[in-house]
Amino acid sequence: MKYDIILAGVGGQGVLSLAAIIAKGAMKDGLQVRQSEVHGMSQRGGAVMSHLRLSDSNISSDLVRKGTADLILGMEPMEVLRYSEFLAPEGVIITAKEPFINIPNYPEIQSIYDKVNGFKGSRLVESVALAKEAGNARAVNMVVIGAAASVLPVKAESLKEAISELFAAKGADTVAKNLKAFDLGLGK
Amino acid sequence: MSELVLLGDEAVALGAIHAGLSGAYGYPGTPSSEILEYLINEAEKTKAFRATWSSNEKTAYEEALGTSIAGKRAIVTMKHVGLNVAADPFMNSALLKINGGLVIVVADDPGMHSSQGEQDSRFFADFAKVPCFEPTNQQEAYAMTREAFDLSEKWKVPVLIRMVTRLAHSRAVITPWEKIRPQNPVKKTEDTRGWRLLPAIAQKLWIDLLETNKEFNSYSEATDFNKLTINPDYKKVGIITTGLGKNYFEENLADMGVKPSHLHIGFYPAPADKIKKLADSVDKILVIEEGYPFIETKLRGILPQSIAIEGKLDGKIPMTGELDPDVVRPSLGLDKIATKKVEGLPGRPPQLCQGCPHVDTYEAINLAVKDYPQHLVASDIGCYSLGALPPYNAIETIICMGASIGTAQGAAEAGLRPALAVIGDSTFYHSGLTGLVNAVAANAPITLIILDNSTVAMTGGQATILPSSKLYPLIIGLGADPEHVKTIVPVKKNLEENAAIIKKEMEYEGLSVIISVRECLEEAKRRIKREAMKK
Repeated sequence: MKYDIILAGVGGQGVLSLAAIIAKGAMKDGLQVRQSEVHGMSQRGGAVMSHLRLSDSNISSDLVRKGTADLILGMEPMEVLRYSEFLAPEGVIITAKEPFINIPNYPEIQSIYDKVNGFKGSRLVESVALAKEAGNARAVNMVVIGAAASVLPVKAESLKEAISELFAAKGADTVAKNLKAFDLGLGK
Repeated sequence: MSELVLLGDEAVALGAIHAGLSGAYGYPGTPSSEILEYLINEAEKTKAFRATWSSNEKTAYEEALGTSIAGKRAIVTMKHVGLNVAADPFMNSALLKINGGLVIVVADDPGMHSSQGEQDSRFFADFAKVPCFEPTNQQEAYAMTREAFDLSEKWKVPVLIRMVTRLAHSRAVITPWEKIRPQNPVKKTEDTRGWRLLPAIAQKLWIDLLETNKEFNSYSEATDFNKLTINPDYKKVGIITTGLGKNYFEENLADMGVKPSHLHIGFYPAPADKIKKLADSVDKILVIEEGYPFIETKLRGILPQSIAIEGKLDGKIPMTGELDPDVVRPSLGLDKIATKKVEGLPGRPPQLCQGCPHVDTYEAINLAVKDYPQHLVASDIGCYSLGALPPYNAIETIICMGASIGTAQGAAEAGLRPALAVIGDSTFYHSGLTGLVNAVAANAPITLIILDNSTVAMTGGQATILPSSKLYPLIIGLGADPEHVKTIVPVKKNLEENAAIIKKEMEYEGLSVIISVRECLEEAKRRIKREAMKK
């Protein structure tokens, strides 16, 4: 088994924490993990991506080959399209629906949604509304991970354990709200 | 010891601790910063060794040398262009009789994700005639660091470890060794002659180093870091990989349907006998290496040869940019994988943060220079380099750490007026002080603007080597005329006033220094968090 993910978003949106939680959950399930990050200049409000590879056997490359990713998971609908050439024919896109507009020439949003929906099985997640419903407007990443849990080869329980550990220091209330956001993303 | 998930940079750091490290020095620079950040965190927790940022890579290197002469093990970390700054002590230290193990970790940035150049540090190791390791994964980064300390003490030479961005910033599991080596006691070298590079002694030490190189060669042939596997049934092509080239080759290997003979080189100088053995077993050699065609150039030479060689020099693999599995794939004779690319998306370049103090400084500069068509705004390396992009378009040169001051001075001396230099506080401490002394000596007609945001922002907010309060007295102490040393606060409401101050100093036919002081917003957030944690 091998499962390759491209994570996408804008610097500051928490793309790396998406990667960290999925990686941690996958390791709890006994999978091997390689996660490539981009630090430095591109984190300043620019396009940010991370490669995350899960497998039950040895992983050679930190980087996913184009045309072979099982999932593009994003915090921003245009940013997921930027990496569409990584997607395998059966791969899917799951992304937060809300655009992050910090450039003057951001395309008309419906055209972006149409392009995302052009990839079969893809999903635009109402991450802001669901995070608010969970009681923590900042938990949008957890909504997105919840949405991805339906396709990831990682047990939802393992992902939830990873989330609990990540937020443990911030208290039981924060943990509960982030888990709730995860559940709402998953569609529970 | 149980498994750990670490960045490549962190694996190097842990390897150094487990090798009995006593001193760690460096200057922040993507993609190397996380090595020393990890060591500083550990040192704060355990108090077992010293780990600190230095004012620049050269001072860091020299502190590490001092640690070595005292008999203790030292590591010094930097990005590739940092080694240019530390090149003087690095090149000369190759001749010294290293006492406590000395390991230099240099993180290259192929593809220039966060750099102004793509230089390949293997050339520096070759130039200095010192051994060099190049890991392919986190486990090797850990193991090679430990080995590098052993070899440094055995051969009495500095040993370089070449990292690259992808490995530095990729996480995977590593299994540390059970046995952690204790630190060396303080024991000054008994051979201080081996540390005095007077010509008569250096001549002898140079011969010694060349002699010791023979031992590097023997090690290179014997070590498993340089692993040769021969497939006697397949002669069409043999592969040489270095660094991450190996990973991308292996990623595509299943699609080849055959396992070609393969030499991976993880230790330099390269193993000549193993290369010859590979060449004897195949009709052609393909060299896949991350960076410049370092090995390939050595193999090709100038005169005709009996074996075909492929790689970057014949265009089988691109000369520029970073390798990845897709870049390597066609060189192995494999078809491209079909992809669906969405075209026409606008780019999203990095940009200055909302509310960043640099924005207000740049708006003031733009306002001040707008009526001077012959002006030059020279700048430097840091977050503020982003002021070159729209909508600011405020700076015109970005070259290397500290270059803004000399560039502005030379331009002014050639007749460009007004000439401004814009430099960050940390860059100023790193490489601006000597530039300022130079400008003071000539009373150069330039306006130096120091962006004092109280942090090394670009690389993640490390503390500057001196606090903000020391900047003004430092500038005065270096000889700048207090009449022409001004401080401004870059906020929206001060725009007109700040522009007027800059304009007035621009028109002064001599050296002016303007300190533009406002804390980085990201740093302010971190500071508030730190202060809250302390309470």
